[in-house]
Amino acid sequence: MGKAWKFGHDIDTDVIIPARYLNRSEPEYLAAHCMEDADAGFARGVKAGDVIVGGKNFGCGSSREHAPLAIKASGVQAVVAESFARIFYRNALNIGLPILECPEAVAGIEAGDEVEIEPVSGKITNLTRKTSFQAMPFPLFMRELIAAGGLVPYVRGRLKNA
Amino acid sequence: MPMTITEKILADHAGLPEVVPGQLITAKLDLVLANDVTGPIAIREFAKFGVEKVFDAGKVALVPDHFTPNKDIASAEQAKLMREFAREQQIEHYWEIGRVGIEHCLLPEQGVTLPGDMIIGADSHTCTYGALGAFATGVGSTDCAAGLATGEGWFKVPESMKFVFHGTKFQPWVSGKDLILYLIGKIGVDGARYRAMEFAGDGIAALSMAGRFTMCNMAIEAGGKNGIIAADEKTAAYLEGRARRPYKVFGSDTEARYAEIMEFEVSEIPLQVALPHLPENTKSVEETAGIKLDQVVIGSCTNGRIEDLRVAAEILRGRKIHPELRALIFPGTQEIYRQAMREGLLDIFLEAGAAVSTPTCGPCLGGHMGILAKGEKALATTNRNFVGRMGHPESEVYLSGPAVAAASAVRGEISHPGEVVGNG
Repeated sequence: MGKAWKFGHDIDTDVIIPARYLNRSEPEYLAAHCMEDADAGFARGVKAGDVIVGGKNFGCGSSREHAPLAIKASGVQAVVAESFARIFYRNALNIGLPILECPEAVAGIEAGDEVEIEPVSGKITNLTRKTSFQAMPFPLFMRELIAAGGLVPYVRGRLKNA
Repeated sequence: MPMTITEKILADHAGLPEVVPGQLITAKLDLVLANDVTGPIAIREFAKFGVEKVFDAGKVALVPDHFTPNKDIASAEQAKLMREFAREQQIEHYWEIGRVGIEHCLLPEQGVTLPGDMIIGADSHTCTYGALGAFATGVGSTDCAAGLATGEGWFKVPESMKFVFHGTKFQPWVSGKDLILYLIGKIGVDGARYRAMEFAGDGIAALSMAGRFTMCNMAIEAGGKNGIIAADEKTAAYLEGRARRPYKVFGSDTEARYAEIMEFEVSEIPLQVALPHLPENTKSVEETAGIKLDQVVIGSCTNGRIEDLRVAAEILRGRKIHPELRALIFPGTQEIYRQAMREGLLDIFLEAGAAVSTPTCGPCLGGHMGILAKGEKALATTNRNFVGRMGHPESEVYLSGPAVAAASAVRGEISHPGEVVGNG
């Protein structure tokens, strides 16, 4: 359970983590600058369990994995968006950052609302407004990837069984 | 079953007779690449797979081009980590400063990326190689690491969109950059999300390889998974003497199925400028004329090729950069740099009062070598104009092709090249 931080459409990975911080890759360092160019108060104000709510095409632009790493290390439990850009989507699944595609939830959550997320079932509950939403289910392969805890443990398992 | 060029390459590398959009496949990789920003994370993740060696040291490219020449101690450490990994793994395609170039200019030039290839790169502009008739797509560091360990990747076969450009009567100074900006302006930054963008028509055939690289390079700016142009005789001529191994040419079947087909007349496409803060905010150069600029950047993986420099030089020859403006020129590779020197282009740039840099991604991503202060405006031949892309979050980036960039550098404001050289 946590507070919703709301952002607009086409949130690109440059505003999620500006390139001026890409000379380092420690997740905690990146988290200290997360969303800096979209909301300078985010990194200071975000608490463990909070949720990022974005519009369409969340995570567009650069392939930098530093973006989902920064979000995850900032304590955000999940990103809910109308839609995700392709590379960000893969990166988030690969590193185990829950992402949920649900336009209805985006419309039904305002900044500061208390939100509860069940990443596996895709259920999103707005505790403030007493409403709930169901995100798009993941295809089987991606559910396996998520269940394994991301791409590294998934591929390790496959290499071991090969 | 008829297939698109993208579907054929994916099927070929998945060992399947055919694939259909939406299908999840595991495909063999011909090349896995990373740079000094994405490489260190990929190397860190690679260590977790429990394998000693990369799948094939000849099919890996590590290119230190983003924060190099090292901009500070932290970036020097990242470059060092990648260098040591390259040495230890005996990576064939690794270049040091002095030999390295901007990855998406360098790898095609060195004949490392070829038609029919299946390529993943931990850099979103990996889609550039589609201009050779390859399937190439950007991934993150963990996907890259898995590719390094296994030589394979998982993919969802994308739906294809076909963009047909008719005619060869381009308006004066119009290039591949204008075609792709115009297209992104029409379909938006997520207009091709998850999809293959196939470019075709006599307008595309008329483009130089440089123009084709520029177009495929920016497929990601429309959300595309890959951009692709079937190889033709121009591709073959480009690869002559470069290709390091034999390659396989694929083409779309005439009955191949597309999610959408869009057609354009090249003669109707004017010179483009994309306004802050999205590449889809395009207008004709006339509509943006007069916007005062502090900096012009010519170069990058989008427009750092010799053809781009020739266009800039044609406009800058015998002219001066506006006294209140900084012009920075970044040849994409050492070979392009030398070629520009042989042709006298560097003299033209220096005489005009522009700075010419060793190849680096530098200012394009706001890394170094031309960062903007608060409130400053730049026009760049790069690919993104997001908030803070070239520096301060309150600075602005406008995007254009090299002709508009060079003309604007002379006038100190966004200008049509005709204003500088006449419309002859």
